[in-house]
Amino acid sequence: MAQSSLVQNEKEEIIYIRPPQGWLGLNLKDLWLYRELIYFLIWRDVKVRYKQTALGASWAIIQPLMTMVVFTVLFGRVAKVPTDGIPYPIFSYTALLPWGLFTKALTDAGKSLIHNRSMITKVYFPRLVIPISSVVSGIVDFALAFTILIGMLIYYNSDLGGNYDITPNYAVITLPLFLLLAMVTSLGVGLWLSALNVIYRDVNYILPFITQIWLFITPVAYPASMIPEKWQLVYALNPMTGVVEGFRWALLGMEPAPGPMVAVSTVISIIILITGLFYFRRMERTFADLV
Amino acid sequence: MSDIAIRVDGMGKQYKIGLTQERYRTLRDSLMQTFQAPVEMVRNSRRERNSRKELRAANEYIWALQDVSFDVRKGEVLGVIGRNGAGKSTLLKILSRVTEPSTGFAEIHGRVGSLLEVGTGFHPELTGRENVYLNGAILGMTRSEIGKKFDEIVTFSEVEKFIDTPVKRYSSGMYLRLAFAVAAHLEPDILVVDEVLAVGDAEFQRKCLGKMSSVANEGRTVLFVSHNMSAILRLTQESIVLDKGHMIKRAETPAAVDYYLSSGYAQIGERIWEADEIPPDSAPFRPIAVRLRDAQHRVVDSVRSVDPIDIEIEYQLDAPVTGLRVGMYLMTTHGEYILTSFDTDDPQQFEHYRVRPVGRYISRCTIPADFLNEGRYVLGLNASSYRIRRYFQDEQAMTFSVDASGAPGMQWPEQRLGPVRPRLAWQIEENTGESLR
Repeated sequence: MAQSSLVQNEKEEIIYIRPPQGWLGLNLKDLWLYRELIYFLIWRDVKVRYKQTALGASWAIIQPLMTMVVFTVLFGRVAKVPTDGIPYPIFSYTALLPWGLFTKALTDAGKSLIHNRSMITKVYFPRLVIPISSVVSGIVDFALAFTILIGMLIYYNSDLGGNYDITPNYAVITLPLFLLLAMVTSLGVGLWLSALNVIYRDVNYILPFITQIWLFITPVAYPASMIPEKWQLVYALNPMTGVVEGFRWALLGMEPAPGPMVAVSTVISIIILITGLFYFRRMERTFADLV
Repeated sequence: MSDIAIRVDGMGKQYKIGLTQERYRTLRDSLMQTFQAPVEMVRNSRRERNSRKELRAANEYIWALQDVSFDVRKGEVLGVIGRNGAGKSTLLKILSRVTEPSTGFAEIHGRVGSLLEVGTGFHPELTGRENVYLNGAILGMTRSEIGKKFDEIVTFSEVEKFIDTPVKRYSSGMYLRLAFAVAAHLEPDILVVDEVLAVGDAEFQRKCLGKMSSVANEGRTVLFVSHNMSAILRLTQESIVLDKGHMIKRAETPAAVDYYLSSGYAQIGERIWEADEIPPDSAPFRPIAVRLRDAQHRVVDSVRSVDPIDIEIEYQLDAPVTGLRVGMYLMTTHGEYILTSFDTDDPQQFEHYRVRPVGRYISRCTIPADFLNEGRYVLGLNASSYRIRRYFQDEQAMTFSVDASGAPGMQWPEQRLGPVRPRLAWQIEENTGESLR
């Protein structure tokens, strides 16, 4: 956007418009002024998402559920991946929750600016509003899919499921933090992809490929403990590693706590978010002309 | 607190050709360059080649707006006029912060509301009510602001009954009315409006215009872009004229409109549309030319009032169009309309051309002899399907002048008022005593 600032001056705002130079500030104040727009865009995304689908919102559950079934057959039964004594279905489903949030955020955010082209070329608002709202709206799907996890926990703890005793312990209070980490990672990568997509539409074609590869380097289908000890921290450079391991630790009571891994992932995740924000702001000025 | 609302100083905006509009051209150009480059390299000396390269670099960029400076006082309603591509929209986009300038500086005092398009962000799956809130938020209104004005908006839009129906089930007229209603209830200090009146049917346009003039009368600062000269004349006191990115005039609106309409494009009785002058959304209608022919079928720029004038509109349809009407406006250089006429005005003709197939057409009509007064006239072009879509409109397709020699009343060398000068059959009867009785 034009390098502009709002100055309160005798109840009057003065907006300065100049050609922009170099890196821009984040202008979080403007973002705050437009917080209601974020709310409305999330609300629109959620409302519209499953319109005119036969199964409606159950798609949010079916997707991770089917993936879990496939994983259970392939990795749990056939490949017999060790899961530290946790039934494979719940082991993979716990990871598929944040993973689903992440991939959905990537895909949606990546395409968000192109989809909202008409808004970008006609009205001023902080452009950050668009990828932010498309990332946050993924929470609704996450919440729906989460209910299944609760059901699975109850099942595996009952006589019917084999009395596994995987009751979440005190660690469950950290779950919101891991959810936040998942969001931060999603937003960071989403910002990079959405800004790049405006300039290079190649991103559209790379996206499915990225998420596929990323799935293999994230401990979704297998535990992070399968990675040799000395490579663990390198492995955690993938921020989703920390997220997924954190989810398992918080929800399934898996020991030991993945402390160092989460620390590394968090640092990387924050770096991606901050660089993503600044890159987005830098590219933002050309959006209206290029999108 | 100063009384300046907008100050623009040396504003310019450069676009890279091919990046913005015509993507296809880049590809073709780069292919051409690839094939021509070796040939040129052999043919030209190094020095020549360098100068050519420089020329090309300069040509790759165009200034959509260059060195534009003006002030707008608080409460002033300023009109912005100019042909397609003159930089009007670019100026408004910069001032509403959609895009940023390449050079220059602007200072805006107050909250800006821009109406570059109505219905931005409308989602077809959402109901009218939901879209009002969403669109309001996009335009910068808060939820409580929209809530307060909701009833007013709905009443203005006249879609009360369907407010909880998804807008994809709306007719295009209803959709536009609702979209305009939201925008019209925006209350910024400065309103920037682009051509939003160019949509919808005549009744709707009247309503929009009424709303716009009440906004203007409320003492709000308004920047108003339109091709509709009568709207500009009605709503604004002062106007600026843009041409090829430069501001060429600022004057009282009647003077500016007169200057704009009568100067610049001295086309010799013919207006031909280049590919880059046709907006992409006019497809499948593609204007080719408008011509003026005299009684001897010559293309002329100046006609005699006592001769009939043939007007030819040549165009191409790239797909069959239902209910198409191609026609013209005739306007004085002061912006008053004289007439509007379409090629399917005759019901039988309309029936016959219910669906006009693909092809190249000429719609021709004759303005009868002894019709126009002397002066300069503006011919506008319109191609639309009633209540469905406007394909193309250019209210200033071309200008021409009319010479009055031989017209009625020429024995008195005075200026006759009014745009028409028909030869009326006056009867003069002597009053005899009988009729008095």
